[in-house]
Amino acid sequence: MSLTTDEVKKIAHLARLGIDEQDVESYARDLSGILELMARMNELNTDGIEPMAHPMDQVQRLRDDVVTERDNREKFQTIAPQVEAGLYLVPKVIE
Amino acid sequence: MEWETVIGLEIHTQLATKSKIFSGAPTAYGAAPNTQACAVDLGLPGVLPVLNEEAVHKAVIFGMAIEAEIAPYSVFARKNYFYPDLPKGYQISQMELPIVGKGHLEIEVDGVSKRIGITRAHLEEDAGKSLHEDFHGLTGIDLNRAGTPLLEIVSEPDMRSAKEAVAYMKQLHELVRYLDICDGNMQEGSFRCDANVSVRPKGQNEFGTRAEIKNINSFKFVEKAINYEIERQIELIENGGKVVQETRLYDSVKDETRSMRSKEEANDYRYFPDPDLLPVFISEDYKAVIKAQLPELPQAKKHRFKDQYALDEENAAILTYSCQLADYFETALKESGCEAKLCANWITGELSAALNKAGLEIMDSPVSSERLAGLLARIRDKTISGKIAKQVFEEMWQSTATADEIIAAKGLKQITDTGAIELIIDKIIAGNPGQVEQYRSGKDKVFAFFVGQVMKEMQGKANPGEVNKMLKAKLKR
Repeated sequence: MSLTTDEVKKIAHLARLGIDEQDVESYARDLSGILELMARMNELNTDGIEPMAHPMDQVQRLRDDVVTERDNREKFQTIAPQVEAGLYLVPKVIE
Repeated sequence: MEWETVIGLEIHTQLATKSKIFSGAPTAYGAAPNTQACAVDLGLPGVLPVLNEEAVHKAVIFGMAIEAEIAPYSVFARKNYFYPDLPKGYQISQMELPIVGKGHLEIEVDGVSKRIGITRAHLEEDAGKSLHEDFHGLTGIDLNRAGTPLLEIVSEPDMRSAKEAVAYMKQLHELVRYLDICDGNMQEGSFRCDANVSVRPKGQNEFGTRAEIKNINSFKFVEKAINYEIERQIELIENGGKVVQETRLYDSVKDETRSMRSKEEANDYRYFPDPDLLPVFISEDYKAVIKAQLPELPQAKKHRFKDQYALDEENAAILTYSCQLADYFETALKESGCEAKLCANWITGELSAALNKAGLEIMDSPVSSERLAGLLARIRDKTISGKIAKQVFEEMWQSTATADEIIAAKGLKQITDTGAIELIIDKIIAGNPGQVEQYRSGKDKVFAFFVGQVMKEMQGKANPGEVNKMLKAKLKR
């Protein structure tokens, strides 16, 4: 299994990554290498082996349903590019 | 050609927790913008989500109530998309291993029950809100809602009409409120619905191409939006067109749906397990504790009300619409010792009308179930008639007095002294010889005139049964 340069560009777009045209070929090669490794692993017989959902063999710790956070809006908004009426302002997201 | 509609619903319920699903920020509705959005909700670098136990608890309660398999092991995943209402660039959700598996819900349409399959229900975080007006061409973002726990409940494509879809949605709405896992407030967005709608020629096995109608926020609009969409699709196909798979938005003002997203933006969420969160394990013990605490569910309660209290379908359905109303009924019934039907009629009639008029819920009723019971007890032992009881009820609504206090203070006690009634009857008969003549010559209708006159004279305080009996005897002579 190998990726085309178009697929690499699409993936980059979905992840909002800017990549240089000259690097597309090498990305395609490297990513294809990863997929080939996956394909080889797929050939192994995994009958009776439990799928791994997380590399750490531990259980999720849960927190009690208690409000512990105070309002820090002022502080957070000092690092925002633009705010108004308590809102964060961003470029218009709908046409 | 005859067409069949196929509908599946995705319902997002906000779980009624105090804090968010992955942070300790509050979830209260209506706070000033961004005052309830902490570093985790803002997706600032270096933060880690920590799962709220109560959200898990409420999801499991729901799963138990729909007789679903609860996953012993469930996993959170990242759903990747870039939109400023979730600044991390992904929503934490569940994909392959959701917490609640296959279950089902019974609905009833026109007296016929039907089982609707529920495919799954998974935990995820809600997004913030975007405000598109008044910011000099920019969009304002309020992240207070970001991170509010959601349980997304996905149905099977088992519904065949807008009516069935609404019945399912109502049943689910009732259920989550019974379970006390969601406040069900649709105006505030606590309970939101997306509908997947397609049509196919009757008899065909394969599904047609579906359109998804987003965020329909009332029962009425769900029905209208689906019906509009069904007609649109049939018309399109019959005119040689093809339904495209897309997301559509319902416009309640124009009563139509319209395309929302263009094709080239077709979503590719690239889900993958979230490395920040470990798998969640639900033990058998944990489930057993929850199972033991499950309340009686709406359908079971309705059937019990019909059997145990011999109530008709309508009264049973109204009284079990909310847990609080059902409890109110059962308390009033027990305390008053009156007939179930009388108690039910008072609650679904007089009391409900007064509550509606005042815009109040049963929990906020100025007349408690104990006070209503006091009134019903006086109807039962014939201290007052039903008509006088209405008058007493109005007084009770305005004050904190008991029925007995009002009856005593206003002298409303029913007159059962037959001597007193007899005196009045004699007076009325003597004063209306013409009517007496008519009655005796066979005009039975005049009887009502006499009853009216006697009751008027006695200010409604005479026992109507007694008056009827005595009048008949007297007029015979």
